[in-house]
Amino acid sequence: MMSSEITNQNPVISLKGVNKWYGDFQALKDINLEINAKEKIVICGPSGSGKSTLIRCLNRLEAHQDGQIHVTGIELHETMKDIDIVRQDIGMVFQGFNLFPHLTVLENCMAGPNWVRGIDESEAKERAMSLLKQVKIPEQADKYPEQLSGGQQQRVAIARSLCMQPKVMLFDEPTSALDPEMVSEVLDTMVELAKSGMTMICVTHEMGFAKQVADRIIFMDEGEIVEENTPEEFFNNPQNVRTKTFLDQILS
Amino acid sequence: MFVDTVVEDKALHKPAFLIGLSVAVLAFFFAFNFTNTIFGEFLSPVIGNPEESGLFGRFVVSFVLSVIFVLNLLAISFARLKIQILIVWFELFLLFLAFAYSFDLKLSFIQSRIGLMISKGLFTTIYISAVSIVIATAIAIVGAIAKLSNNGFAYAIASFYTSLFRGLPLLLQVYLIYKGLPQLGFMVDAIPSGIAALSLCYGAYMTEIFRAGIQSIPKGQWEASRALGFKSGLILRKIILPQSIPIIVPPTGNQFIAMLKDSSLVSVLGIWELMYLAKTLGQRDFRHMEMLLTAAMIYWGLTIILEMIQARIERKYQQKT
Ligand SMILES: Nc1ncnc2c1ncn2[C@@H]1O[C@H](COP(=O)(O)OP(=O)(O)OP(=O)(O)O)[C@@H](O)[C@H]1O
Ligand SMILES: [Mg+2]
Repeated sequence: MMSSEITNQNPVISLKGVNKWYGDFQALKDINLEINAKEKIVICGPSGSGKSTLIRCLNRLEAHQDGQIHVTGIELHETMKDIDIVRQDIGMVFQGFNLFPHLTVLENCMAGPNWVRGIDESEAKERAMSLLKQVKIPEQADKYPEQLSGGQQQRVAIARSLCMQPKVMLFDEPTSALDPEMVSEVLDTMVELAKSGMTMICVTHEMGFAKQVADRIIFMDEGEIVEENTPEEFFNNPQNVRTKTFLDQILS
Repeated sequence: MFVDTVVEDKALHKPAFLIGLSVAVLAFFFAFNFTNTIFGEFLSPVIGNPEESGLFGRFVVSFVLSVIFVLNLLAISFARLKIQILIVWFELFLLFLAFAYSFDLKLSFIQSRIGLMISKGLFTTIYISAVSIVIATAIAIVGAIAKLSNNGFAYAIASFYTSLFRGLPLLLQVYLIYKGLPQLGFMVDAIPSGIAALSLCYGAYMTEIFRAGIQSIPKGQWEASRALGFKSGLILRKIILPQSIPIIVPPTGNQFIAMLKDSSLVSVLGIWELMYLAKTLGQRDFRHMEMLLTAAMIYWGLTIILEMIQARIERKYQQKT
């Protein structure tokens, strides 16, 4: 633990002894984790194991009650004044897209830079268009979200986050609400983002994606990190029985 | 309601229903005896003097009336939906006019007073309602946000306010404000008191409408905005309120329409708005009905205009989202 603080590479995100409860129910148990710049982490585990809770604590959509979470060097806690600054640097993509339905695709992407980063409209528009090109839907810019397919909506959501030029991207099951034929277009976008050097933390059960891009895979069960390993080791040589059972279920 | 693609037979076109209806209508007209009305006079070539025509006259009158009624229904049933609606509206309106006409109105009396009714009464009514609507809307936005905040003071004040002002009859509020404020050392004129009462009362109702509208926006919208680093004021202004407007507009339109007519309650303060003039202008000459009906038509006309504006706004927001 201590050694990592001596290395010159400061982790982008670090969690030390993090515990979280919903009422009496403990959703996270003694989570310790460090994530360095440009790392790609995949988190998997059975339903209810605390995956969403964990990544939602990283931008403080949820509060942890115990332990420390540092993001880009800033500690997240209850009375902090600058949570908005931290959040601007962490993009988040949700299972349910959560696009703003009253704004066009372009306006969705311009909102962040224009309203909170204070970038003027023409520049925000330019940036939005270039990211819409990157996710391959520039031609949908003037449509409203509900006129798009699920896969397209999710790609807009990714572009919307990227417009803020975040240091880290969080993904909470970005493909689980999609029809099978749309999953790959979103995963392709994520693979390209990974190649560009983005720091990514992805909750997903897409094991092909995990093998292809993950530096580390984290397996959670009942609020704990049960196993943490490279993809090769994780798939070929799982250490924990719970990991083995989970892999058997998901790969069968 | 969502219209089915399969058309059912019209009830009116089923013989059994038609016969049953005709009998019921005939019984209705017979029971309520229209012999001594204008219809009896029309039929006097057949039944002689309506006064002395007895059961025979009564039957003829009700028979003719029910035939006209049923034939009218049948004829309308063949028209297209839009035409049907227009005809029925028109006929009901004619009946209403006939009702008004039955009071033996003196049109010249209305003519001589309507100028004042409109220039003074209508103007004051619109003025009071419009100002109250603007203030009530402002109160409602603040009240709704206060009720949804986790600031104890804000919540307590807002909920006390809605509870009190929804809990008292508006008429009572009008009196309390007009008579109560001078007690506290504020001298207020009748019109500002009336506006205050209307704004506070409708502000309380609309607070609840706005609160429900804001709450109906999925929490994912808040989360996505927060994840982008938006501050809560910005989220409300740019993300939540614009989305709740289509939800808020229909019930708010209802409140506006109700308020327009409840503005008549401030007539008790002697404000020269429509209702006050309607009551007082007819008094001296015992021509109450003329003035009351005139006021009725003006209120109704205003309401129709508001309904059309409301429909237009609703259509506009439906297109967008
Ligand atoms: N707001 C909440 N209040 C109470 N309990 C909650 C709340 N959110 C989550 N939980 C509980 O915490 C546990 C972890 O939930 P979480 O959503 O993090 O699981 P998950 O691993 O993301 O599961 P899934 O794969 O189904 O998304 C679950 O048992 C859940 O019931
Ligand atoms: Mg989850």
